Amino acid sequence: MAILVIAEHDNANVQASTLNTVTAAAELSGHGAGDIVLLVAGSECAAAAEAAAKVAGVSKVLVADDAAQENALAENLASLVVGLAGDYSHILAPASTFGKNFLPRVAALLDVQQISEISAVVDGETFVRPIYAGNAMATVKSADPTKVITVRTTTFDPAPAEGGSGAVEPVDAGDDGGQSRFVERAESGGDRPELTTARVIISGGRGMGSGESFDLIEPIADKLGAAMGASRAAVDAGYVPNDWQVGQTGKVVAPELYVAIGISGAIQHLAGMKDSKVIVAINKDEEAPIFQVADYGLVADLFQALPELDAELAKILS
Amino acid sequence: MKVLVPVKRVIDYNVKIRVKADNTGVETANVKMSMNPFDEISVEEAIRMKEAGTVEEIIVVSMGVQQCQETIRTALAMGADRGIHVKSDEDLEPLAVAKLLKAIVDKESPELVILGKQAIDDDSNQTGQMLAALLGWSQGTFVSKIELGDGSAKVTREVDSGLETIEVDLPTIVTVDLRLNEPRYASLPNIMKAKKKPIDEVAPADLGIDTAPRLQTLKVEEPPVRQAGVMVDSVAALVDKLKNEARVI
Repeated sequence: MAILVIAEHDNANVQASTLNTVTAAAELSGHGAGDIVLLVAGSECAAAAEAAAKVAGVSKVLVADDAAQENALAENLASLVVGLAGDYSHILAPASTFGKNFLPRVAALLDVQQISEISAVVDGETFVRPIYAGNAMATVKSADPTKVITVRTTTFDPAPAEGGSGAVEPVDAGDDGGQSRFVERAESGGDRPELTTARVIISGGRGMGSGESFDLIEPIADKLGAAMGASRAAVDAGYVPNDWQVGQTGKVVAPELYVAIGISGAIQHLAGMKDSKVIVAINKDEEAPIFQVADYGLVADLFQALPELDAELAKILS
Repeated sequence: MKVLVPVKRVIDYNVKIRVKADNTGVETANVKMSMNPFDEISVEEAIRMKEAGTVEEIIVVSMGVQQCQETIRTALAMGADRGIHVKSDEDLEPLAVAKLLKAIVDKESPELVILGKQAIDDDSNQTGQMLAALLGWSQGTFVSKIELGDGSAKVTREVDSGLETIEVDLPTIVTVDLRLNEPRYASLPNIMKAKKKPIDEVAPADLGIDTAPRLQTLKVEEPPVRQAGVMVDSVAALVDKLKNEARVI
């Protein structure tokens, strides 16, 4: 039996989260779980399907190209996946808001207990997943005939986007059940990389004191090509929009470099960034818990340190 | 309209959890327990709907050990009308909880079920979606705004790329995110009044549901500890380290 990975994509390209999920699927293959098949469900998504077929390790791409699948509405997508499920031992999706939204629906319709947000594959039926905001790791074994799994993308390296030569095969996209309708999407962020895929992230916390002071971070983020993030405290205080939030209740990130500015380091924030490769903390409180996880710590007033940092970077990057 | 609000009793979010020495789970003895924070937001939203006159009755459900009744009482003190306690000494997985909730929905016929998007103990983020699937209902997950209309509701969802608005047919399932509202504290008179509100107790078997677990927890461990690094004394030193030692810029 094969492994079905539900691809997250924007109709033109597959998202990085799909590549991480393919790596988890490849580990399952290594434990004898069979070939990796990608499902690209969307509308006018031929380009995304082609991109999916090139992902290393993918043997086949199923394309469900129909208006009913345009906005990944949970009802339509789940019903499509359930119709395909019979051929697969494992069904995987990234543990992004895309995967979290529809996959439990699939699991319930298959009468399967989903395994959420796995961070490691032990074997074909045993997985490690974080619980209590990552303050404990549980190893769980599934007794269900089909394993329905969401994958914590930050703990699996992305599969190479090139090198594969999967066959592309159209499948019936199913009907629009009409129970829900897409209205609008308001995306924030502009030209900056997305938090979940950025190589560098600079986040501000309550210590920033206001939304305006995030302007001090901007030129630094520009120089480093960084995404900008925030702690829950900064979001709750209204300094920045909620989709900037890094943490247990926001986004889980693992960039090469994470710079925490004026962030004390509450458990809920650490849960979202402690897998970053290099962590830098700048805080005026030397007792701040963030320093316990930081590779490099600087006790300083951020309103002085940020302009200095900008100037230093200008020197070496020019 | 009638609204059903499931609430879970979890280790309080301020408690630093400890893994048991024998690696069978997390220490829960003598640990402060509270209502799952996302569920408090669900209860609050239902109460605001009732205050706005769109909801007539709020039923709160909790599942688990006897003390779950305290969690139900908290919701009753906030303003819910009555409680249902599905008593079980076993750990109930999201699929089992969704099946039990479906049995209750079949009986009570609410037009709306509001749940927290996830519980902060097992972080599964499944129950609402599963319940919607089992009922064949629409769903709106990770919601930061609900506008009830005639036969449908408009919900704004917090998704990774920003905000998404969808319209869902009623009856529906909504799972709530943090920014939907700020839950109230129960006043002392309301806490007293809540003691008189009814709580029905049922067993999973009464509802005809098999709750046998599908997942076996083999072990629970501490996460790997990140080693603390070095302190630098200036921005220049920091940039030097990042460039020449960590080589990330």
